[in-house]
Amino acid sequence: MLVPVLTVLSVIVVLWYGAAIWLNAQWTYDQAARAGAEVSFSELLADTLTQDRPVLPAPHQVAAGLWDGFFAQKVTSKRSLVYHGWITLSATLLGFAIGSGAGIVLAVGIVHNRAMDLSVMPWAIASQTIPILAIAPMVIVVLASVGVTGILPKAVISAYLSFFPVVVGMAKGFRSPRPMQLDQLRTYNATRAQTFWKLRFPASLPYLFASLKVSVAASLVGAIVGELPAGGAGGLGARLLSGSYYGQTIQIWSALFTAAILAAGLVMIIGAIEKATLRRMGMGG
Amino acid sequence: MEAGRVRRETVIEARNLGLTFETNDGPVHALRDVSLSIGKGEFVSFIGPSGCGKTTFLRCIAALEAPTAGTLSVNGMSADAARRARAYGYVFQAAGLYPWRTIAGNIRLPLEIMGFSRAEQAERVEKVLSLVDLEGFGRKFPWQLSGGMQQRASIARALAFDADILLMDEPFGALDEIVRDRLNEALLKLWARTEKTIGFVTHSIPEAVYLSTKIVVMSPRPGRITDVIESTLPRERPLDIRDSSAFIAIAHRVRDGLRAGQGDEE
Repeated sequence: MLVPVLTVLSVIVVLWYGAAIWLNAQWTYDQAARAGAEVSFSELLADTLTQDRPVLPAPHQVAAGLWDGFFAQKVTSKRSLVYHGWITLSATLLGFAIGSGAGIVLAVGIVHNRAMDLSVMPWAIASQTIPILAIAPMVIVVLASVGVTGILPKAVISAYLSFFPVVVGMAKGFRSPRPMQLDQLRTYNATRAQTFWKLRFPASLPYLFASLKVSVAASLVGAIVGELPAGGAGGLGARLLSGSYYGQTIQIWSALFTAAILAAGLVMIIGAIEKATLRRMGMGG
Repeated sequence: MEAGRVRRETVIEARNLGLTFETNDGPVHALRDVSLSIGKGEFVSFIGPSGCGKTTFLRCIAALEAPTAGTLSVNGMSADAARRARAYGYVFQAAGLYPWRTIAGNIRLPLEIMGFSRAEQAERVEKVLSLVDLEGFGRKFPWQLSGGMQQRASIARALAFDADILLMDEPFGALDEIVRDRLNEALLKLWARTEKTIGFVTHSIPEAVYLSTKIVVMSPRPGRITDVIESTLPRERPLDIRDSSAFIAIAHRVRDGLRAGQGDEE
């Protein structure tokens, strides 16, 4: 189990180092040419892997950036990745809660109301074809004009991305009981509410967790995109933006990795809840 | 029990019942001119080839389908009123147990929906578990049980609220012959103990003859009744009754009925 994982990982690291040397070599040669010096291979290696603003930072530089951002700063410092990560995470979680809640409510409507069944899905699909980068600044501006600023506009953008997988998954999940099972509840003269809580909802849980995993990752993307136009307010998105303004590639890559670690952590937490829940329900096998 | 000779009160009464489905290829006559009365405590089997309307007729009694012609009364009311009054338990082809509920939890499902008190739920679950010989399995999950045991649990679920009528749609169709024999024997015992009226759909001639007091032979296109056979077998039926001449004679008549139904199609 561990061996193939480590093999893949080391191949990636080796390729990454290779790419870093190759992409950063131009700068080294240019500097040497300006100084009228020759560059030996060992000098090339040493220089390409230690530049301040490399085209592609080497893995150890990103690792050092991450270490510095997480452990070498006070968590309240504007240079701390914990500080920025938390700003993004809180918007992500709020957006995820709004988005998946709205997704579930819409799915309930779709399954129980014919008008909603016919009308909601086309709008939901259309909403996802609009580039989020175009929507995000408008959401920020419009909400700011009515006095809403801070975490909420970012959460709205995050929710906008995350409701969709939940609507699609849960509409399918609520419809997963077979006709026979619905007939059976009819023979008990069960109400629609009873049918929902006793059958449709429990039957939909495997679909719910699958949707939530997609949805939480989308929430994180939404929160980061929401931080780009807001700029100075902090968060991983702001960190990415300022990094690209000032050519701080190590900062960009550290923020990217922080986002990836956050996303992986969130998906793993949902996976753990899924496993525990389905096992308790006797569906874990 | 000699009560079979006494005139019984009618529980299910169909008069000239018809059901036509409108499809893109024109109307399909699932049932035409079906008249039948079923007395209290009878065990009635419906047998015929697929498409003969036996399941459709059972579903009409359960008000899961709406007839387009004729009249149908169940317990002296319309089929739908009887459904709302929870007059019958229905056993489907597949056990259809909820995987997230234990066996006891599955049997409790109709009781929860019908609003029985917790104490009464527990008491009834115990009672029907013992009726189908599943004592001690209440806390198991469905996947821990064999197919035959799951189907027994689904029968227990249909019995839990103690409706007078039990409707069964090929309940043992998916099980192997040996399990099927055992379950048929158990079903007869259960019927004797509970004195329920049972409607039973099957496509097995020995099963129909072994179980029933009345065998309704049906044929397809349009679905209709071709013969109604009152069984001459005693109510006490060991498995080896299937070698008796009376049994073979009834089976023969069923087969003739089925063949006649096929015949006027060619």
